[in-house]
Amino acid sequence: MNTPIAIELDKLTKRFGDFIAVDAITFKVKKGEIFGFLGANGAGKTTAIKMLIGLSKPTEGMGKVAGFNVDTEPEKIKKNIGYMSQKFSLYDDLTVVENIQFYGGIYGLSREKIKEKTTEILEELELTEVSKSLVISLPLGWKQRLAFAISMVHDPEIVFLDEPTGGVDPRVRRQFWETIYQVAEKGRTVFVTTHYMDEAEYCDRVSIMVAGKIEALDTPHNLKQQFEATSMDEVFLKLAR
Amino acid sequence: MDAITVEHITKKYGGVLALNDVSFTVGKGELFGLIGPDGAGKSTLFRILTTLLLADKGKGTVAGHPIVNEYKEIRKKVGYMPGRFSLYQDLSIEENLSFFATIFGTTVEDNYDLIKDIYVQIEPFKKRLAGKLSGGMKQKLALCCALIHKPEVLFLDEPTTGVDAVSRVEFWDMLKKLKTKGIAILVSTPYMDEATLCDRIALIQNGEILKINSPQQMISNFEKPLFSINSTETYRLLNYLRVQNFTESVLPFGENLHLITNKPYEVSQIEHHLKISGFSDSTAKTIQPTVEDIFLDVSQPVN
Repeated sequence: MNTPIAIELDKLTKRFGDFIAVDAITFKVKKGEIFGFLGANGAGKTTAIKMLIGLSKPTEGMGKVAGFNVDTEPEKIKKNIGYMSQKFSLYDDLTVVENIQFYGGIYGLSREKIKEKTTEILEELELTEVSKSLVISLPLGWKQRLAFAISMVHDPEIVFLDEPTGGVDPRVRRQFWETIYQVAEKGRTVFVTTHYMDEAEYCDRVSIMVAGKIEALDTPHNLKQQFEATSMDEVFLKLAR
Repeated sequence: MDAITVEHITKKYGGVLALNDVSFTVGKGELFGLIGPDGAGKSTLFRILTTLLLADKGKGTVAGHPIVNEYKEIRKKVGYMPGRFSLYQDLSIEENLSFFATIFGTTVEDNYDLIKDIYVQIEPFKKRLAGKLSGGMKQKLALCCALIHKPEVLFLDEPTTGVDAVSRVEFWDMLKKLKTKGIAILVSTPYMDEATLCDRIALIQNGEILKINSPQQMISNFEKPLFSINSTETYRLLNYLRVQNFTESVLPFGENLHLITNKPYEVSQIEHHLKISGFSDSTAKTIQPTVEDIFLDVSQPVN
């Protein structure tokens, strides 16, 4: 009995001229897993993610995301994944409802479906009272959860979170991770990149990329044992220094 | 004489109370940390102490000078590294440094020994424009520029925000060295794990200081029963614990949950309870709090 696989990479490689940005990375992510993708700046994380979300073609190797080939079916991948980043997510000068409707439209949802989704998101996040407020007026924690919900407005199998928690209020951050747990529990795969090592400890498994290669991949618990470290921060320092 | 004194400082922006009756002192050669999330009031306090902003109420001194009446003296004696990178992006590393030295009427050579340890790390790139540097290098250059006139007091507003883990460690090593030269350092950070690197810390939220002490004292003064619990079903266990009578608070901490109970229990009691409640693989242990546990305990819930 095999667990369904959400992401499968086999020696996925990206070269820019002589420079190997991503060097034959191989791993699998299970359906419903929270997978942390870590690496220092310049390690090749962004290049790898661009290939996974269908924005950049691999030079060599194979990659499948949500069952589609990253090389030959990038458009299908884009329709079947969600993406949220700290830098770009919501329109501050649109209301909560307008943001939901806008993204629903972008993903080509029907009018009825958008209506249904709007009600669902507002109720689930308890945002009904502020549905007509501009997003800019919401507290950071609400904005983050709204952006997360909107990134899944088209019910993707996998959602990519690119540095999702820029703000570092310890409570806001925990609230957000709870939302991530909820989503994963429903069987959706969550792929998270972050450079905050303490956040890595919330993931089911994490990979650490150094100079284009995956240098470590396991549960946070096992990695800490393997590197005789008390925190993921220490694991990372031992690998990256 | 204290390097910094702050007495009952209050500042409002419109209706928002940015700082509410804040008081503390920083000694000579002390590394003092202001620890709190975005919007806590950290930057406002820095601006007031560096004489860039007037407080509504309260008073303070920096390097022995009152912050309002003798602001000119203070400006000569402090180094300030604002949260936002504010060097000249279109000047090179060495041009920025000599610019700041000249402004303060000194030369790079005169004070080279103070910045040497830091500057040698970026010297190989001294012709490179500041705008083209990596985050870690920008931060090192900014620190050099803040030190070039041999300040008595150094203000560092979130120097490690957005900087990767390796550069963060290097940066704190540098601060430790500066301290030994008698410079008082007020540093702010949103990273709770950096708190233990300071001599004393103030936990700050919504413009109010929640606690001041050395991190070690803060940790040993914590009296509530605190457990770390590990389970393969973290999320289900979190929801379960949240509604139990014995729970004062339960929060996720990476792969574990941290549980504060409202009266003391043995680890075996907790484990037994979890086993008979359907969490057979869970393990518990008593732990010392981290600064983050303490912050979460004394701070207000969001929303």
